[in-house]
Amino acid sequence: MSKVYDLIIIGAGPAGMTAGVYAARKKLKTLIIAKDIGGQASWSSDIENYLGFSMITGPDLVKKFEDHLEEFKDDVELRLSISGVTKISKKAKNFLVVMGDGKKEEAKAIIIAGGKVPRELGVKGEKEFLNKGVAYCAWCDGPLFKGKDVAIIGGGNSALDAALNISKLVKQIFIVNLTPELTGDPVMIDKVKALPHIRIMNDMEVVEIEGDRLVEKIRIKSRDGGLQKDLPVSGVFIEVGSLPATEYLDGLVKLNKDNEIVIDEYNSTTQEGIYAAGDITTVVEKQIITAAGEGAKAAIQASIYLAKK
Amino acid sequence: MSDKKVILYTTPTCVFCKSVKEYFDDNKIKYETVDLVENRDRVQEMVDKSGQMGVPVIDAGGEIVVGFDKAKLDSIFVK
Repeated sequence: MSKVYDLIIIGAGPAGMTAGVYAARKKLKTLIIAKDIGGQASWSSDIENYLGFSMITGPDLVKKFEDHLEEFKDDVELRLSISGVTKISKKAKNFLVVMGDGKKEEAKAIIIAGGKVPRELGVKGEKEFLNKGVAYCAWCDGPLFKGKDVAIIGGGNSALDAALNISKLVKQIFIVNLTPELTGDPVMIDKVKALPHIRIMNDMEVVEIEGDRLVEKIRIKSRDGGLQKDLPVSGVFIEVGSLPATEYLDGLVKLNKDNEIVIDEYNSTTQEGIYAAGDITTVVEKQIITAAGEGAKAAIQASIYLAKK
Repeated sequence: MSDKKVILYTTPTCVFCKSVKEYFDDNKIKYETVDLVENRDRVQEMVDKSGQMGVPVIDAGGEIVVGFDKAKLDSIFVK
């Protein structure tokens, strides 16, 4: 450990990076610790509701965020940690942040902006075949399945977005959906239904993902248990929602029943000196533009807290 | 600094591949990029080397790194 930062921001998505820019403008010595740059925003294909851009891809928008943050590199250090943050604890008046590789950093205030992580399906073979055919980001990994048959698990907007995303690349798509009908936006459902090589399998659930070295098939069954069949696929994209990445925070800050960090209108958590922003919190809308705004609010509040300290 | 032949397997949409490229540029490491969308026939080669299908995969003179594992890259390149 070399120094005590004014502020450590956890996460480098829209909330974390905006907080970084605001912190830099307040001249706070800031460290951003993140598993990746962009978070969920970098997985989005076409973004049409971020002001100033009538259409921009997730990776392009994230690059703009990153370039903007880079201008403040004298004050804000951005550190990628593949193992991520595993613990935050109080250390006298400060906070100690521990990463999975054992490294530790100390700061006077914290902003948690770690976003959400994909929800797992919880079926046999899912963990075993992760990155061996099982993927949680169709946008990122879809190109590897060019010309192949794949399954997309889920029926909401993220599943439909994934299907539309890779529809030009792959040979055939099976959408395996737990509910009687797809649940995404009507405009997206229409687009998916218009494509002849997408087969929608409603009221079905995945039993097991199977293969040898790589995925070869999935076994699905109807929810009433009457029908069971195998789908020969090389890829399985799991798009069944996301969960806040808060497992390491239990006991430090209050979480709600969905494990989101409870914040007030000042982005304060129940622990003085710890703020939170973006999708990881109880804020009602989970959008890129709202996450960015929440990051700005949290950084301003953190700077007010530090000025009083 | 290493003089190993370095291959980076990538796709155009891979976020961590960008991090690896920046890492190589920062450390002045020369590397060959294999875009697996442009070079479908080399996907199997990448799978054979790494035993999996996620990118980025880095082949540093036979030593295989999966993902942007900075600690492992440091141990290979910035000894």
